[in-house]
Amino acid sequence: MPHDHDHDHDHDHDHDHDHDHDHDHDHDHLSPSGHPYRKDDDHPITYWQTMEIAIRELLEDKGVLTADQIARQIDAMDRRSPANGAAVVARAWTDPAFRDRLLANGSAATREMGFDIGPLHLVAVENTQTVHNVVVCTLCSCYPRNLLGLPPDWYKSRAYRSRTVREPRAVLAEFGVTLPDSTTVRVHDSTADMRYIVIPARPAGTDGWTPDRLAALVTRDSMIGTGLALSAL
Amino acid sequence: MIAPGTPVRVQSWMPPGHIRTPAYLRGKRGVIERPLGEFPNPEALAYRQPAPRLSLYRVRFTMAEVWGADAPHPTDTVDAEIYAHWLDTEE
Repeated sequence: MPHDHDHDHDHDHDHDHDHDHDHDHDHDHLSPSGHPYRKDDDHPITYWQTMEIAIRELLEDKGVLTADQIARQIDAMDRRSPANGAAVVARAWTDPAFRDRLLANGSAATREMGFDIGPLHLVAVENTQTVHNVVVCTLCSCYPRNLLGLPPDWYKSRAYRSRTVREPRAVLAEFGVTLPDSTTVRVHDSTADMRYIVIPARPAGTDGWTPDRLAALVTRDSMIGTGLALSAL
Repeated sequence: MIAPGTPVRVQSWMPPGHIRTPAYLRGKRGVIERPLGEFPNPEALAYRQPAPRLSLYRVRFTMAEVWGADAPHPTDTVDAEIYAHWLDTEE
């Protein structure tokens, strides 16, 4: 094939060329600014990609779902973000009656704010002066996706899942959260039907702030428990 | 229903299948943190078998109980959701 021939020829040319310094890769694979190009994903699709396509096409062929419905669900999930949770936390910080309802029934309280969380069973756990909560799913990757959107990749890693129940303070320290011995760490392992959101402690110096302004201090990690709310300063 | 605060012990069974009771908690003692209501048994649901609804509980364990008395912070806790049939209240 002519194309392959040209390609080989280029490589031969490069390898024959006598460089006066060592290179890990030849110049053909570097951008003008010297960065390697990302490789094209020309490999065959994986077993699980094949399975996903097969099941999706079967659902469409049998009239269970339309392609449009599937696209709209993907779109709806991608619209969910930690901003939803931040609004819930900010409301809890500013409305004590709402905070009580949120702790008593997380799902009902978030629905009350207008969030479409589907069948999500949400448990809210609150950080205080003496308690810090952190959420993990040791068995898989359970996460309150219907409120916060998709989890960060590290949340699904074996390291995070196995270490958080065993040495939570060491994991938290790697996220920059160092807690005094006087604080009790409570790890929440989402093993079954519940999903968890941490209500981080309200930062000092935010008296009188509006919920919108407070929500900007609530990070995704602070609602997983691997972070704190941002400082008001 | 098992009341909050009741001591329980997780069964130490090791059956095959889709089990939502994590292995690191099997055989460990904890206390009921709160009842969560009834949910279809995932051990049957995962295989599309009829799945009776079972009581689910949040159970709180100390690090000392789970990892031993030399755990760095023995009074820190792990809470997990455990189905009623995995809990032994006879102590």
